[in-house]
Amino acid sequence: MATTVVPPKLNVRRSPEPVPPGNGGFRNLVPNDGKLPVVQEYAPVPSKTGIWVVLAAISMSFAAFTSALVVRQGASLDWHHLVLPPVLYFNTLVLLVSSVSLELARRRVAVFMGGERTSDLNPALWLYVTAFLGSVFVVGQYAAWLDLRSQGLYLATNPNSSFFYLLTAVHAIHVIGGLVGLVYVLGKLRKTVLRRSTLDSFSYYWHFMGILWVYLLLLLWMKL
Amino acid sequence: MSDTTAHAAAHHGPPTTFIRKHVFSLDHKVIGKQYYMLGLAAVIIGMVLSWLMRIHLAWTNFAIPGLHLLSATGAPGNVMTPEYYLQLMTMHATFMVFFVLTVAPFAAFGNFFIPIHTGAEDMPFPHFNMMSFWTTFVAFCVMLLSFFIGDGPTLGGWTQYAPLSAVGSVAGPGQGAGVVIWATSIAIFCVGQLFGALNFIPNILDLRCKGLSMWRLPLPTWAWFITSCMGLTSFSVLLPACILLILDHVAGTSFFVASNLVMNDQVLPHSGGSTLLWQHLFWFFGHPEVYIAIVPGMGIISHVLITSARKPLLSHRVMVYSMGALAVLSYMVYGHHMFVSGMNPFSSILFSFPTLMITIPSTIIVLIALGSLYGARLRITSASLFALGFISVFITGGVSGFFLAQPSIQILLHATYFVVAHFHFTMAIAAVFGIFSGTYFWFPKMWGRMMNETLGKIHFWCTFVGVYCIFMPMHYLGMAGNVRRYSSFPADYMQPLVGVHQFITIAALFTGAVQFIFIYNFIYSRFKGEPAPDNPWEGTSLEWSTSSPPPWDNFGGRHMVVYHDPYQYGVQGSKGDYVMQDSPEKVDPAHDEP
Repeated sequence: MATTVVPPKLNVRRSPEPVPPGNGGFRNLVPNDGKLPVVQEYAPVPSKTGIWVVLAAISMSFAAFTSALVVRQGASLDWHHLVLPPVLYFNTLVLLVSSVSLELARRRVAVFMGGERTSDLNPALWLYVTAFLGSVFVVGQYAAWLDLRSQGLYLATNPNSSFFYLLTAVHAIHVIGGLVGLVYVLGKLRKTVLRRSTLDSFSYYWHFMGILWVYLLLLLWMKL
Repeated sequence: MSDTTAHAAAHHGPPTTFIRKHVFSLDHKVIGKQYYMLGLAAVIIGMVLSWLMRIHLAWTNFAIPGLHLLSATGAPGNVMTPEYYLQLMTMHATFMVFFVLTVAPFAAFGNFFIPIHTGAEDMPFPHFNMMSFWTTFVAFCVMLLSFFIGDGPTLGGWTQYAPLSAVGSVAGPGQGAGVVIWATSIAIFCVGQLFGALNFIPNILDLRCKGLSMWRLPLPTWAWFITSCMGLTSFSVLLPACILLILDHVAGTSFFVASNLVMNDQVLPHSGGSTLLWQHLFWFFGHPEVYIAIVPGMGIISHVLITSARKPLLSHRVMVYSMGALAVLSYMVYGHHMFVSGMNPFSSILFSFPTLMITIPSTIIVLIALGSLYGARLRITSASLFALGFISVFITGGVSGFFLAQPSIQILLHATYFVVAHFHFTMAIAAVFGIFSGTYFWFPKMWGRMMNETLGKIHFWCTFVGVYCIFMPMHYLGMAGNVRRYSSFPADYMQPLVGVHQFITIAALFTGAVQFIFIYNFIYSRFKGEPAPDNPWEGTSLEWSTSSPPPWDNFGGRHMVVYHDPYQYGVQGSKGDYVMQDSPEKVDPAHDEP
């Protein structure tokens, strides 16, 4: 039996940006003559600010790890050059492609949540692709660790290997956190209650993981 | 129209089950009270630890009854060993700095009042908010666990300097498992506070009600905003530091331990680490942390003083700018904890200069607070007394900071009781006075009953005199060369000073006993206090526009509208002597924040 999917009721006021600044925001205040209707009743979405808070914290953490690496390198003469496992470059490509697939997903999801239902829309497909590529990345990182282990380089072998494992592991943990967030997004999409702001915030996080990884790769390549 | 604002905060209905109401609550008010109780438990633990320390310092061989039950190896025959003194000292500082001074003024009051001050229904991410409390609670339990595992808690001070903290149990009792437990607990604590900042910042930026611009926020909320920004950027540096420390212990890495270190006749297997690295990472967090401890107090006492004085501050904006300047400068001064660490002496100048600069916004803040009282008829309540006390002790503590800011003087005073006096005045007393002031002021709103004012005033005066008796003599001790973190003072030159220590101990025990007046008042008023009206202090900010305690959605479904800034007292042409923030009554635009 075929069922008809009813498009969700759209609250047009919560539609995509740009929206004028809200009543509590910049200068749009209750006027002295008390005429309230002039003041708009709209609040910016907290998850957008929230994700920047999260990205700021993660940036500071990796800044701390970076400075630990720099200081440790200068602390003694036991720095042994480490050849980066080649699988890292493949993983980089995978992560960057996952950002592309996420962007593809965003547009399709926006159309879907806007009420359009066509058979070739497939909003969730590209999100599944992103999840798959993210998982491939994490597995690939594990492969890089196995590569180092086969060379006899473990966490405590020398400072280079310590930082390699540390930085890649902490990044991978955050990517796994992103995958958990993606599962949440997919769950909301299945119930057709996915807010645009939720998806936007998730995509900022995911793209940041990609940018962060490129930074870490450069750091590891230059310093280790 | 109205459901847009309603949906901006994660909308959750009123709780129905006992678990949802009182345990795993999504309501920021319950979470704030849970944090407060955690802070109260931690301060009692920290205070008892301080009594144990003080008794040992004054009477070194005194057998404290029952101490062997806490640690058979640390206190054989109830007499504290020197190592156990250091272990208790470390735990005293850790509980106080993290679980009292970060939790109570910031997480407890902040959680309760930020959504109310912003006119919101709740925090934007209530599940993360609940997680932030329970994560902090887990961290608290883990830290408590260290008393009972292995040979006790770590003895390296709350600062856990490497290599002592990083080499393992060869360094002494508690340096093996104790350090790992400490670092794990603190790492969990960092995560909890980051979840908190995740809620505070979006609430203040995005969920303000109609008419509420940033400049119209009450001062405590500005203080919590600035503190959240500091917490966000500093706790996320302590977390990596703790991870590196744990790895040095359990994974055999050498981040913090240099090569060829000999300890207790053993050559340690580490290679090439940087001991100074720990100090840099820790103090990059550590200095903003002390401002995290004090800035909410500054906001709270300003709020209390304005309400008690019935007049606004000399300048609302300068107060906010000064708190912001404190936050920014706090990241540039951390090296003043490291003047004698062996780092390049030139860098001491680079840190000393901003440290002297940071006295400027601090001074501005106390001068504005004091100066705003000029011409006021201050209503003397327990809350306003503690607010005045805050100013007094913060000035006292700040003045000693001036001396410590200069490397040439700090070489003599580093690691002496002069430093102990300085940070106890600024943190232990000033920040705690801020907590007390906030408690007496906001207890009616939070628990719906009035506290006993007479007991509150007795509490204030005894505490005020007591803390000066405890910590003023420490300046003299420091200048006389009394080294800190020593469990006893057998040296010849120290003998004349032991009497001073005994005086301090007696003052400390007296002041500690006085705190039971507060605890009795708190517990009694919680159950038997007079029911509180909506606005017992005739305040103007939004918390006084709702019932005591507020309903589950803070304002009973009303969408609050704010017409002017929260400090409209003594308005010309007004009927009463104050205009509530959500009252449409006209005020003079020249004396209003836009």
